[in-house]
Amino acid sequence: MSHPIYIVLIPLIPLACFLVLGIFGRKYFSNSAGIIGTLGLLTSTLLSFSTAYEYFFVSGKVNGVFQKIEVVNFTWLQFSPGVSIDLGILIDPITVMMLVVVSFVSLMVHLFSLGYMKGETRFATYYAFLGLFTFSMLGLVLSSNIFQIYLFWELVGVSSFLLIGFYFEKPSAVAASKKAFIVTRFADLGFLIGILVLSFYAHTLNFGILIERLTTAGSPYLNAINAASFLGVSALTWGLLLVFMGGAGKSAMFPLHIWLPDAMEGPTPVSALIHAATMVVAGVFLVARLFPVFALSDPAALHVVMYTGAFSAFFAAVIACTQTDIKRVLAYSTMSQIGYMMFALGVSKYSGEDGLGYMGSMFHLFTHAFFKSLLFLGAGAVIHMVHSNEMKDMGGLRKLMPITHISFLIACLAIAGIPPFSGFFSKEEILMASFESNKLVYAIALLTSGLTAFYMFRLYYSIFWSKPADLHHGHHGEGTWTMKIPLILLAVLAVVAGFVPISSWITADGNAIHSSVPISFSILPVSLAVAGILLATRLFKTANELPERIAIQMGGLYKAASRKFYIDEVYLFITKKILFNLIGRPAAWFDKNIVDGFMNLLAKITAGLSELIKGFQSGKVQDYALYFFGGIAGLIIAFIYLWK
Amino acid sequence: MSEIPLTHILFLSSGLFFIGVYGLFTRRNMITMLMSVELMLNSVNINFVSFNKYLYPEKLDGIFFTIFVITIAAAEAAVAIAIIINLYRSHHSIDVEDASEMKY
Repeated sequence: MSHPIYIVLIPLIPLACFLVLGIFGRKYFSNSAGIIGTLGLLTSTLLSFSTAYEYFFVSGKVNGVFQKIEVVNFTWLQFSPGVSIDLGILIDPITVMMLVVVSFVSLMVHLFSLGYMKGETRFATYYAFLGLFTFSMLGLVLSSNIFQIYLFWELVGVSSFLLIGFYFEKPSAVAASKKAFIVTRFADLGFLIGILVLSFYAHTLNFGILIERLTTAGSPYLNAINAASFLGVSALTWGLLLVFMGGAGKSAMFPLHIWLPDAMEGPTPVSALIHAATMVVAGVFLVARLFPVFALSDPAALHVVMYTGAFSAFFAAVIACTQTDIKRVLAYSTMSQIGYMMFALGVSKYSGEDGLGYMGSMFHLFTHAFFKSLLFLGAGAVIHMVHSNEMKDMGGLRKLMPITHISFLIACLAIAGIPPFSGFFSKEEILMASFESNKLVYAIALLTSGLTAFYMFRLYYSIFWSKPADLHHGHHGEGTWTMKIPLILLAVLAVVAGFVPISSWITADGNAIHSSVPISFSILPVSLAVAGILLATRLFKTANELPERIAIQMGGLYKAASRKFYIDEVYLFITKKILFNLIGRPAAWFDKNIVDGFMNLLAKITAGLSELIKGFQSGKVQDYALYFFGGIAGLIIAFIYLWK
Repeated sequence: MSEIPLTHILFLSSGLFFIGVYGLFTRRNMITMLMSVELMLNSVNINFVSFNKYLYPEKLDGIFFTIFVITIAAAEAAVAIAIIINLYRSHHSIDVEDASEMKY
């Protein structure tokens, strides 16, 4: 039952790349940095594949159930005999799946960036940051305890901050990176408190033990955490909700989503890596990691997850229909798809066939990683060509960029859920699970699915059709082969990833599910998607007046959606007007007048005293001799007369 | 030959000492100040020798101390003159009033 120790190398190789490129990159590897990073990651990817093979086909199963295996565990900080922070590696189906997804997508992004970032002055730094990010993300999915996951969680946040702000000479990029960092940090505050609550009652940080203690009915730990309550809600619910708050921050769930669209200021391959396939699903991963606790002990918290996810999915889809920056459309679509994964977890139950939602969520995470990073890389290729993010600068590119065009189309079909592309399969599972569990969520999901097809094809037509091709003559070609290969590979995966038998591998309790969605069930969502596509075709295939007329007809609704429902303004209002005025200004006044005033008073007293006595320091040596003499004489007199 | 009483010698030495003190406090010229210090040291020497002679004639401790003081005074004169030379190089004067940078 021993597991190969080379798993340790999977995150360590990107870390080594980061250190080498970060320290020596600009001096010695300014041209070869990309090759070094890519080769390092290729090794990691191969090791991940080998781990996945080993786990799923050789040693992961015991009696037909996939096990949670702790490969390595060593005590890092021992606070007291009972409390310690460990570092370890935990292998279970979702970890293995995430390993494959993260390392593979990261490899594709490394490869794509060879062409995309060519000629950047900070080329080596870029690859160093990519290495750091990949290391943190792989470390996150491998973490064996909840504190370790928090460490890597923050590392992921930092590397995301660095990558979003990569073009730091652009003020908007700086603002976006700050926003992303602050919003996710704010959410992580909740996460940290959640960790403390859970581990305080469970007396452990280790995932395996924590889950066991908090799910066994009648265990003293579970009783204690249920008995404790705050504001009428049990400590368990608080802990889980706070942990979910951290997850919602990273996964851009409403209302903590505001950083994601702005994060598109980073280089496009970075968006493909961080804001499509890996970091933003960290929240889903976290909920999935603690899923047994959610599902078995606290359905109320799971309901919050469900409604947050469903609302975010719909909300983001509406906004995505109105955006004109292609990367922002993709950002909102990411948010919407992650909402899918979240509510899929929310509708799921723990064991057996009822665990369909969990499986669907992980399945969707898997397929989404491929087609969404493909979409972003395709968008990157387009932006690389036309040097703009705006839809109006594009159009008619299908002849000029045939490979990008085909792969983008495949990805759009996949995300729209058209059979037999991968998105269809995972979405069907999610819809099925929500249909069985909650009709309201099912309705939202259906609607969102139609909207998804509509806005994706709006994007597709605006980029590749809508205008005559000769608009763009004089541009360079489609890009280097290093940019095309990732597109082709990901397109192939976007087609075939749906046939991976996730249902027999990744389930909540480790038992295989044999679910088959009946064809009659698929008719409705697919026909909705087709309707969305047809509508988009009618409106956007050739440039016409109709979309604008409809926008005017919709009036306020359209305007509100294109302004992202004023969420940013609400945040600004809350922070600037309310927080700054009510808390900031009094605090500043207190600081200036009371805190500083006290210090100033002390300083004034000291200065006054020294003014009195500083005349002694005349700088004349004879004065000093005189004082000395006077002192001695005084001592002698005192000695003679007072000595008894 | 009647002996000179100890008190006379002590008057001499304290007179010499306070002349030295007066010189140290009033003279601005560093060489004069150095000379005043030497006066004070010598008054101490006289004290040592006379106490030795009058109180413990069978011992030599006081005379030893005098020799030490003379040695130290020689070394101290060397150091003091080095300081004076450096002061002259930097300030072109050996007047202590001119070297008053080290004040508040």
